Parts: sequence; structure tokens; C-alpha cells
Amino acid sequence: KISICTMASRPESSLPPELYYDDKEAKKYTQNSRIIQIQSEMSERAIELLSLPEDPTIRSSLLVLDVGCGSGISGAALTEAGLNWFGVDISSSMLEIALENEVEGGLARCDIGHGLPFRAGCFDAVVSVSALQWLAYSDRSTANPIRRQRAFFTSLYACMSVGARAVLQFYPADELQLQLLLNSAMSCGFTGGLVTDYPESAKARKHFLVLDTAGTRPMPAAQDEAGGRHSTKQQQPMRKGSKAWIMRKKEQYRRKNPDSKALPSDSKYTGRKRKPRF
Amino acid sequence: IFKISNMKLILHNMLTSAMIKGVKKGYPLLLRATKVELQPVEFDAGFVVHMLPRLDWSGVTAAVQCLNQPDLLQDPLPELPPTVPDDYANNEDFLRKAHIALMQLDVIEGCLVCPETGREFPIAKGIPNMLINDNEAA
Repeated sequence: KISICTMASRPESSLPPELYYDDKEAKKYTQNSRIIQIQSEMSERAIELLSLPEDPTIRSSLLVLDVGCGSGISGAALTEAGLNWFGVDISSSMLEIALENEVEGGLARCDIGHGLPFRAGCFDAVVSVSALQWLAYSDRSTANPIRRQRAFFTSLYACMSVGARAVLQFYPADELQLQLLLNSAMSCGFTGGLVTDYPESAKARKHFLVLDTAGTRPMPAAQDEAGGRHSTKQQQPMRKGSKAWIMRKKEQYRRKNPDSKALPSDSKYTGRKRKPRF
Repeated sequence: IFKISNMKLILHNMLTSAMIKGVKKGYPLLLRATKVELQPVEFDAGFVVHMLPRLDWSGVTAAVQCLNQPDLLQDPLPELPPTVPDDYANNEDFLRKAHIALMQLDVIEGCLVCPETGREFPIAKGIPNMLINDNEAA
């Protein structure tokens, strides 16, 4: 007996974002811990790629734009990183969830494909997590994806301060989409390019457009299978029962049950190898 | 618990209607507020100093004036000079007033109006809706 699971492989191929992210779909961003985990990690990575000064006094003076802020997962990462931010999104359902989550950034609703509604030079940095692929599609007869991309990237360049960097993570459906988006970005005055983490794995790879408004800054290094830049980051899936796995499971439990006192607190004994008893 | 996500005048100052076809400047957007709250926000001098050069100060003072309606706010509005003083970076008195104006006046309901086309952008639950139709876009 075989059960076949059918699932839309790409949300962008079914509906535009303001219709796709209705209340039911948006709810997943409060309840699905896997989605939240992945979005959080990519947000943290995007912030890392911004290469902002570590000094918290400097960070607290900066203003970041979060493009496609959705339910506020990336916004929470920005706040955690000590940064002020404004977020824009097209979906009222997702912004509703951001309000429920009591995000600490200013919010506005807009369609980035018409151009961002901001004056010149407002933002010290820009992040975007899993939003730009929506610019590759259009099912409205009046809208043209390339034109929308140009409108977005031109307005993005304009609203960034001199020397600001934008790090935009997105999921291209294929190589063509990737190249089109990259070309649109690079034709609007930016320097920089594409950084792809875990490029060997079709499943794990993550694409980040890293766009600078001035001069040539060295591009940040991507993470790869051969150990990557962070010796502490696990490239292989965490082995079940390992200390890292235990810590992750405990963190997941804490996130779901913030008031529970059931978990033993972390100590140097957590996940330590015990002597064989049998 | 105060809502940082409500539209503050610092956000209002950065918004523009320039994505509309034919609009040349698109700011400052006229502010018609029907519900405003004064919310405490921690004063960060560094942030105000960093933001001031990129703000349209006449837009800030105009927005504060727009909020100067009877019955809109119980608390008094901060008194702002017409231009940013030259010594703003060290002028704590000015920075604190600017902070109140920029960060503590939450616009919860109302609308923003394009100064060139009159096109309205509603504000609901503190979130301005800057959506336009495809045929309005530049």
C-alpha cells in the first residue's frame, strides 16, 4: 500500500503572495517550528553577511530595512542583533501575525515590485529572507516580472545610505530565475554578487544576493561542506544522541514550553559521555 | 507593553509616494491622524544623532503640527525649533525633544496623503498601507 503525498512544490507558482499568505497559510509561521527554525537561521546568516560592526552602541544607532518581513521572524533576529529596523510586506495576514508577535520594528504594507516607498538614503543596511523569489512570478496581465525587479532594485539602491549593504536570501526555482534576478540587481548600480552556502547540496544550498552601494568590499565567504568558515557549525545532520542534538532538542522544547520547569538546566554534564553500564 | 510597531514620525518622515507614476518628490506625506498615543521609548542619543542628517526636518515639524488637533492627544506635543541646531550632536535638550517627536508619537489610525496627487494611504492598527494598483505604478 503506497500513500502519495501531494504538495505544491513552490508557493509562487500557485498564487501571488498577498493571496497565498492568507490567514490559514500565515498561521504556519506561528505554529510550524521547522519553518520558524529555518527562517531564523537564514536571518541570522543574512545579518552575519552584513558584516556590521559588533559594537552594540554603533548597532543601536543604525536603521535596517527588512524586505518581506512577513510574520517578524527575521525582525526578531534583527532586534536580537541589537539593530533597529523597519519591515515591509505585501500580506496583511502575515503583518497581522507580526503584530501579534509584538515585533520591535516599524511596519508598512507595500508591493516591492512597484518600488519601495522610501526616500533616498534612509537605511544603513537591508536584509531579506525568502521574499525575492516572489518577484520572479507574475500572474497579473499588467505586471512584468523584469520590470518589477528593476523597480525594486532601483528603489532599493536609492533608499540605502552610501556604503550600505543589502543581503537578500531567496529561493530561485531554477538557474534561469537566479540569473535574471542577479542581472536585475547588478544592472541597478550595485557591486557585489551571489554568495551560495552549501553549493554542493541541492537541498541545503542557500542563495544570498550580497549588494553593496559603494566601492568594492570583499565578498564574504560562503559556507561549504568541507567544514566551512565556522568550525562549530555542523555540516552533517546532527547525529541523534550527540551533545549538539541534545542541546537543540532542549532548545526546541524550551521554545514551545517557555514556562515549563521540566527540563534539567544545562551544565557541563549535559550530553556528556557516560561510562557503559551494560 | 508598548507597541514599537506602530507608525512613528520617524517612519512617516521616510515614507514617500514616489512609486506613483508622475510623482516627482512624494514627500512629506500629509498626516491625517484620527488616533494617536504617546508611548514611552528608551532614549538613545546615538540613534537620534545618526538619523537626524537623513530626515527632512521641515517634514518632522509639519507632521507634529498635523497632530496638533484638539482631543487627539492629552499630553502636550514637544516644541521643536524650525531648523536643526548646528550643535545637535551635543545638544541633549534638543535631542530629547526630537526623540519624543520621532519615536514616542504612535499614529494608530488615520491616513497619509500624497502631496502631489492627493492619493490617500490608510493607516490601520499602526501600519500604513502603501499599496498602489499596477496602473498607478511608475
